[in-house]
Amino acid sequence: MSLLQVKNLVVEFPSRRGTLRALDDISFDIAPGEILGVVGESGAGKSLTGAAIIGLLEPPGRVAGGEIVLEGQRIDQLGFEQMRHIRGRKIGAIFQDPLTSLNPLYTVGRQLVETIRTHLQVNDAEARRRAIDLLKDTGIPAAEQRIDHFPHQFSGGMRQRVVIALALAAEPKLIVADEPTTALDVSIQAQIIQLLKRLCHERGAAVMLITHDMGVIAETCDRVAVMYAGRVAEIGPVHEVIHQPAHPYTGGLMASIPDMASDRERLNQIDGAMPRLNAIPTGCAYNPRCPRAFDRCLVERPDLMNAGATHAACWLHDAADPHRGQGAVAAQHQRERAAGERAAPDAAQPLPEVQP
Amino acid sequence: MNAVLQSQQQGQGTGARVAGAQPLVVAHDLAKTFDVSAPWLNRVLERKPRTLLHAVDGVSFEIEAGKTLALVGESGCGKSTVARLLVGLYEPTRGGMHFDGQDAHAAFKTAEGRKLRKRIQMIFQDPYASLNPRWIVENIIAEPMREHGILTERGAVRERVGELLKSVGLSPLDMAKYPHQFSGGQRQRISIARALATAPEFLVCDEPTSALDVSVQAQVLNIMKDLQRERGLTYLFISHNLAVVRHVSDQVGVMYLGRLVELADKRELFAQPRHPYTRMLLDAIPQMHATGRARTPVQGEVPNPLSPPSGCAFHPRCPHANARCSAERPVLQQIGGVRVACHAVEEGRI
Repeated sequence: MSLLQVKNLVVEFPSRRGTLRALDDISFDIAPGEILGVVGESGAGKSLTGAAIIGLLEPPGRVAGGEIVLEGQRIDQLGFEQMRHIRGRKIGAIFQDPLTSLNPLYTVGRQLVETIRTHLQVNDAEARRRAIDLLKDTGIPAAEQRIDHFPHQFSGGMRQRVVIALALAAEPKLIVADEPTTALDVSIQAQIIQLLKRLCHERGAAVMLITHDMGVIAETCDRVAVMYAGRVAEIGPVHEVIHQPAHPYTGGLMASIPDMASDRERLNQIDGAMPRLNAIPTGCAYNPRCPRAFDRCLVERPDLMNAGATHAACWLHDAADPHRGQGAVAAQHQRERAAGERAAPDAAQPLPEVQP
Repeated sequence: MNAVLQSQQQGQGTGARVAGAQPLVVAHDLAKTFDVSAPWLNRVLERKPRTLLHAVDGVSFEIEAGKTLALVGESGCGKSTVARLLVGLYEPTRGGMHFDGQDAHAAFKTAEGRKLRKRIQMIFQDPYASLNPRWIVENIIAEPMREHGILTERGAVRERVGELLKSVGLSPLDMAKYPHQFSGGQRQRISIARALATAPEFLVCDEPTSALDVSVQAQVLNIMKDLQRERGLTYLFISHNLAVVRHVSDQVGVMYLGRLVELADKRELFAQPRHPYTRMLLDAIPQMHATGRARTPVQGEVPNPLSPPSGCAFHPRCPHANARCSAERPVLQQIGGVRVACHAVEEGRI
């Protein structure tokens, strides 16, 4: 039984020039205690997915279709008041900028106590004791004194720890973490990721980790969803998605990241840019940039389908299609190419033509 | 002071001769101090002393023609200040820079300075803020040429702008468009084209790809490498991303709180980092092929640069620190083929 199910979610932004479909038919689920990474380039819709789940879509954005089910309860249709009880209690949220997630006028203690008392039946003293424990757990030194400090008295890394404490305050089952380390320096980033991973593991909370950093995903997540132009391009166990990507976009994305382990003269680049929402190509949204696109990709939109260890929205993996074999062949080539590049730095041969 | 400077310069001179090439850019003991004191009235009434921020505190390096030196470090370590010092946007508090044998900061003030500025250009981090939104691309790229009087005749300027756009992978037809019509990566290519307009030899790139997505970052990095190969450009590349640095650079300088803690050949630095801070940085990068890797990151944060720790600025976070590290500030010195500022390395403790 999964903790969170997102089924065929559609998010639209009505505008004067027509309705923009920002999320188009997204489905995935998160098991209890699991860390699901959501990765993609800016504009792919990762943050929007998170916002839709916590019910914080900014108007005029709205859920136009599909459902979001948390512990068997449908939460996408709830009113603002009902949703307030779910946010914090069942779903905690961590955002990118720790300074704007905290109220600068209140001490961190007051913000923590308020959150705890809103959701749990405890008195003030007990709430304060819990708040101190939370701050200690998140690695804030001298928590008894620091609890009465204001957010501006904390450094960036410490603030993000406070935000994590705040997200965990009412013991939610799911944490939506939207780029929690992007605003932080690398050394702090490593600390925060470790902390998030440890705390959620200890408390059995599942995490939806939204980031554009593949390295963070690789080290932290159990499964990963790769998003492109408002759709899930590929989803599967993190190791398989990174090392045997089934979708050409995932493969291209992985190869374009400068890697500490390889000495390539040139990075693999994906030409072009992600389409704008008002100009999403017909068929597969990736087809103008895809080196392996064929006729069908231009006209028919692929849904997620079985692709070996992962699920990919790519016709190369369609079992009922004569092109079927190509999928496996493509994956094989990708592996060979990756291996070849690691061995010989300048081996940048084009992919051999594949006969169907 | 002067004797120290001279000996440093001599040292660098001999080092360069051994390498067989004259360095194009030589920074010696570069320092920049900012006065961040409270307003005068507050200082008088509240008896607050002047506060000085040593953003860059004695940084020396040299870059050979056609090579890339990368500066890495966390925010607030002074890497962008170094960039601004090198292009003459800031006046150094101490030390200076020699470009192609002449004292650049002295030359910037004279009439000769314009000629020098033409040879040194800069690419900024944010391609959204560094292009004038009211100008068409043609004017953006042509401005440096007009400013320096390289080309003034309209047809010739257009032709040159078209060539520059082509060299960064854009179409000459794009010159009639405005910056908002381009994506982030395309805008950064326009900034590169603008920087190339005066045919410079030395490009200072301040985090040129950190505002970009990875697939677009790859496009921009590839273009920068191609241009370097074709035109023999020399780069100072500033970044906080070690994987990017590893991809583009020949030499790497690691900065911490305004000082260089390690300066080494790229291969050397990544294969065998000496300074504990370099090791920590390398260990902190999340790695793609290490799925599910568990590690213990170094604790602590960068201290406030207004009140840096005594001795070695890294000692409060350093696992190898001892009494000497908290008392005496290590200087950058040649140890085993690399330059490193660390007592522990010097004493052979690590």
